[in-house]
Amino acid sequence: MIEEVFAVGTSRIHRVDPRHRVVFAAVFSVQTAIGKEPAALILALAAALVLVLAARLDARRVLQRSVPVLAFLMLLWLVLPWTVPGRPWLTTGPLSASMEGVRLSWQISLKSISILLALMALTATMTAATLGHALHHLGVPEKIVSLLMITYRYLFVIEAEFTRLWRAAKVRGFRPRTNLHSYRTYAYLVGMLFVRASDRAERVYAAMRCRGFKGKFYTLAVFPAGRDTVWFSLGMSGLAIAMAAAEWTATV
Amino acid sequence: MDRTDPIIELKGVSFAYPGGPQVIRHLDFALHKRDRIGLVAPNGSGKTTLLHLILGLLKPSEGEVRLFGRSMRGEKDFVLLRTKIGLLFQDADDQLFNPTVIEDVAFGPLNTGKTREEALAISRDTLHRLGLSGFEDRITHKLSGGEKQMVAMATIVALQPEALLLDEPTVGLDEKTHKRLIALLAELALPCVIISHAFDFLSATTDRILTMENGRIVLDEEMRVHIHEHAHKLGSKPHRHV
Repeated sequence: MIEEVFAVGTSRIHRVDPRHRVVFAAVFSVQTAIGKEPAALILALAAALVLVLAARLDARRVLQRSVPVLAFLMLLWLVLPWTVPGRPWLTTGPLSASMEGVRLSWQISLKSISILLALMALTATMTAATLGHALHHLGVPEKIVSLLMITYRYLFVIEAEFTRLWRAAKVRGFRPRTNLHSYRTYAYLVGMLFVRASDRAERVYAAMRCRGFKGKFYTLAVFPAGRDTVWFSLGMSGLAIAMAAAEWTATV
Repeated sequence: MDRTDPIIELKGVSFAYPGGPQVIRHLDFALHKRDRIGLVAPNGSGKTTLLHLILGLLKPSEGEVRLFGRSMRGEKDFVLLRTKIGLLFQDADDQLFNPTVIEDVAFGPLNTGKTREEALAISRDTLHRLGLSGFEDRITHKLSGGEKQMVAMATIVALQPEALLLDEPTVGLDEKTHKRLIALLAELALPCVIISHAFDFLSATTDRILTMENGRIVLDEEMRVHIHEHAHKLGSKPHRHV
């Protein structure tokens, strides 16, 4: 269901302290998202590509995961240039593409691809568990972290439960069609899934109480510092400054 | 606690699920220091309910639950003593909610006030005892059914309990793990209540087998643990009778 294909590896990026990766991924994403200058955005894309290379991710998988975003961008290119008002750039019959529209499309494309790649290289290279611990150490509220970790853990159980229900429907000849019977069956399946999930939650909570749970989570994780972490943090800080500088010099 | 006090004592306990029939009816039960009790009864006769009543996960409509000689009046009392009795749930997925094995095993010790180092030491030692060395960083939801069951057992043992309540501990275990669990229970030598339908397992791990009838525990006169020989096809292959 959720494959953590990038999570295990021996690359330099994998060896960087997860907390640093999470922090710089956040800084990079925000900076890229609010950036306007082409120089800054091209810098961001270049940096994201370097990060993906440094993490030694399988190129085919990276492409596979980018497909939804690329499809969305294509749709954007089909619509934005023709709908944003501004100076005409290309006119075909009654339609005219504006300079502003094209520029906006470029910006959005660069931003989303850069952020996607950077997140793949920085945060997808750790397991959900590690991500949870990193967030915990960074001071994210315990409840949010536990919510993330427990959701991750039980998604698989709930999926298994859904598969069981689905199979039970199938062996009795259920085939989805466009009719009321199918819709009702779907509704029952989803309803049953909620009931089971809630029962499950109660049993899990009971099991936790039996082991002395009083509302506080403790974590075992410790993150050793290494040379890779230092280099990574220096490099990412440099990038952040360079991107800020590109924005600043353009506005002055 | 007095020396002669039973570890677990139920006096005239009744319980019904909301809108359901009374599952437990004026039930009396006691588990003493040396008791190893097997519980065999048809599905729906209230075995699991009984274990949950003992630990205060369910509240009896009448009657009294006493643990270690103390009367349990509510959640406040149970919180203090619950971890001294290890309950293994029927479905290991209910018990293992941490991403990795070592975190799950350390969860109990950390809750009972152990430091990170102590908790880690206890957890590693427990995993080793259960033949699960090397499982520390395995992802819990990716374990096989039998492995999950053994790790769930480890999370209980790591609490260093004084008694065990096991709800169908052999479901999904292969022959090897089955034997290992029997050996472990012998080594722990703790008083226990084991719900199971596997008679060979009960005969190896318990001294007395009880059953439940009409919401009460009865000593089943008809049922005696025994070994018998019989012939059937494929009898030369290793197999179990359940």
